Amino acid sequence: MAEIIDMPKLSDTMSVGTLVKWNIKEGQKVAFGDILAEVETDKATMELSCTVPGTVLKIYAPAGSQLPVGDPICAIGKAGEAAPDPKGKPVAPKAAAAPAPIPESTGIPCIPAAPAANAAPAPQSDASRTSASPYARRMAEKAALNVAALAGTGPGGRVVARDVAAAATAPVSTAPAGPVNVAVAPPADGKGIQPDADVLVGGMRATIARRLLESKNTVPHFYLEVEVDAAPLMGLRETLNKRLAEQGGETALKLSVNDFILKASAEALRRVPAVNASWAGTSIRQHSAVHLSFGVALEDGLVTPVIRDAHSKSLRDIATDAKALIGKARSKKLSPAEMSGSTFTVTNLGMYGVTGFFGIINVPNAAILSVGATIKKPVIDANDRIVMGHRMVIGLSGDHRVVDGANGAQFLQALKQILEEPTLILI
Amino acid sequence: MAVITYREALRAAMREELQRDENVVVMGEEVAQFNGAYKVTEGLLKEFGPKRVVDTPISEAGFIGLGIGASMLGIRPVMELMFWSFSYVAFDQIVNNAGNIRYMSGGLINCPIVIRGPANGGTNVGATHSHTPEAILASHPGIKVVCPATPYDAKGLMKAAIRDNDPVYVMENTILYNDKGEVPEVDYIVPLGVADVKRVGTDLTIVAHGRAVITSLKAAEILEKEHGVSVEVVDLRSIRPLDEETILASVRKTHRALLVEENKPFCGVDAQVAYIIQAKAFDDLDAPIGRVSSIDAPQIYCKRMEDQQLPHAARVVEAALKVLA
Repeated sequence: MAEIIDMPKLSDTMSVGTLVKWNIKEGQKVAFGDILAEVETDKATMELSCTVPGTVLKIYAPAGSQLPVGDPICAIGKAGEAAPDPKGKPVAPKAAAAPAPIPESTGIPCIPAAPAANAAPAPQSDASRTSASPYARRMAEKAALNVAALAGTGPGGRVVARDVAAAATAPVSTAPAGPVNVAVAPPADGKGIQPDADVLVGGMRATIARRLLESKNTVPHFYLEVEVDAAPLMGLRETLNKRLAEQGGETALKLSVNDFILKASAEALRRVPAVNASWAGTSIRQHSAVHLSFGVALEDGLVTPVIRDAHSKSLRDIATDAKALIGKARSKKLSPAEMSGSTFTVTNLGMYGVTGFFGIINVPNAAILSVGATIKKPVIDANDRIVMGHRMVIGLSGDHRVVDGANGAQFLQALKQILEEPTLILI
Repeated sequence: MAVITYREALRAAMREELQRDENVVVMGEEVAQFNGAYKVTEGLLKEFGPKRVVDTPISEAGFIGLGIGASMLGIRPVMELMFWSFSYVAFDQIVNNAGNIRYMSGGLINCPIVIRGPANGGTNVGATHSHTPEAILASHPGIKVVCPATPYDAKGLMKAAIRDNDPVYVMENTILYNDKGEVPEVDYIVPLGVADVKRVGTDLTIVAHGRAVITSLKAAEILEKEHGVSVEVVDLRSIRPLDEETILASVRKTHRALLVEENKPFCGVDAQVAYIIQAKAFDDLDAPIGRVSSIDAPQIYCKRMEDQQLPHAARVVEAALKVLA
């Protein structure tokens, strides 16, 4: 009897998966452990391995399709066997002689097992179709909302009336997720900068939207800023990278500014541990370890991999970990475990020349550090002379339920001291 | 208004109609001298005499045929079946003759017969005495079927059935016979084909008939108290003619529907109701239609298992929460 493989639940928050790529073809033999497909979840692209050896009878959903967890994606069985129709309809007319899947060999009356075809939920006939109730669709049409852009809370991620109602009354309704029926005139020259289009929100973008909206709406953010003399850091980095290159040649480790900031942040958290904590409703959870998350920009979004136990890692360890995680992030190979459990987050837009900014807190962290570019500018030195300085502006967004202005400031003070005397982080 | 039992309400309906119309007669096994197997016809022989209240032989095909023949000549017989399960031995009379004579005579001959009796499981009387044939009977054009759930409806529907010029089959329920409710002493009827909203709600429509209405009302209480859900309960009362508009109006209000019946699920009444809802209120549905029926097996003799076989409040609550997900 052929088995239907369903879209698996690959992370605890996954409700929909995107079939990035099929590694198999219909008719191909597959063994236990073979990689059937790559599936993008809300967090990462993961490999789906085969648990049913046999021949691929049918692929129900083409690469690129988005399917709710539990929807059939392919069927595996014996070579030559008819693929089960996941809708529960008989496939081959020749099967009419045996309409019920009662084992032929037994004459003993038994309760027939439910046929697999019935057990499997009906698939979407069109993989790109959003599952929404008829009433939700009608409501969305009236409210000029795009159901495909809404996060469904019904069974299997189905968009139901309450989701449309929530979207229609959401505080962000001035800029709803879906396209609004605003009459935008087409460009006069007929050539716009990009086509008019509604781009479907993928798993990662939906996660970013949901998590950051939740953070900004529920966490009382406050903001602190400090300017750091980055000249000693630049000097140390140059010296270390030069020596590392001399020793290691082509494959030598190259330390980035961000590596120093990550290491310095871990040290500053050691000095002001109140910032290494989380709001837990009725308590504040202190964390003994520093698990440092940092933002990695991707073409279509952003992920935040986590360096575990950063408080006990050397600058070299942190740089090595960060490099490996960035590589995985860019190839979308980060596992959900590599993206969860952080206690503090560092974001850096310095490479784009942004001089200063404040990130949105990565819940359940108590704060996020926002690092700007190091720029040359006139500064007044210890002798009251105007000299050229290398300055870096660092912002801290804090969760005021956990961190107050004073300990937030102490943290920035510690960070500034470490960055301005960076040799401290070598010990 | 008097508070009387479902049994007394049925008896009052027959008594009032026997008084009102001399053509009304009551016939069946032990309806006269024994006062009825379930005492529904108690006292009628004494009041109306053996010409109006007639004991019949134990031969359903024979005495139902007698009633149908009499009805064609203007008598309005009210026939008791000790159990609707016994209708199966009189099926040719009940379905073929009663159901078709008006059509086949080109409208010249009416068949104003009422056949009544209990049609329910849940009393530990086994597979051959526990049928609920309302779906089977209602699938025949020419036949009307009602399933009263309360004393008020029992009296009103019985009187409407007796006055109707077509065969009307009244499915009673032995478990409901002792249920009490307010019943007017004045002459009233509950028209055939008019459903009743037994409880008003906003979040979910439960459509039920017969004793499933009572079960659904209990479930609605639990859903309100324990889950904060406002449930509307629509009592079909009449299976055929079926009041589609009341069902659809409720679904258009709540956008979610759960269908509860004591029938077995396969080709049950609610299979038809589900079809009607999805066909006529598709754009109003916010969830797939849910269904609770008896478990699909011959009526189980073991009492404890039979209690689980029939829809009960916990099963209705569970199914309701699924529809509300």
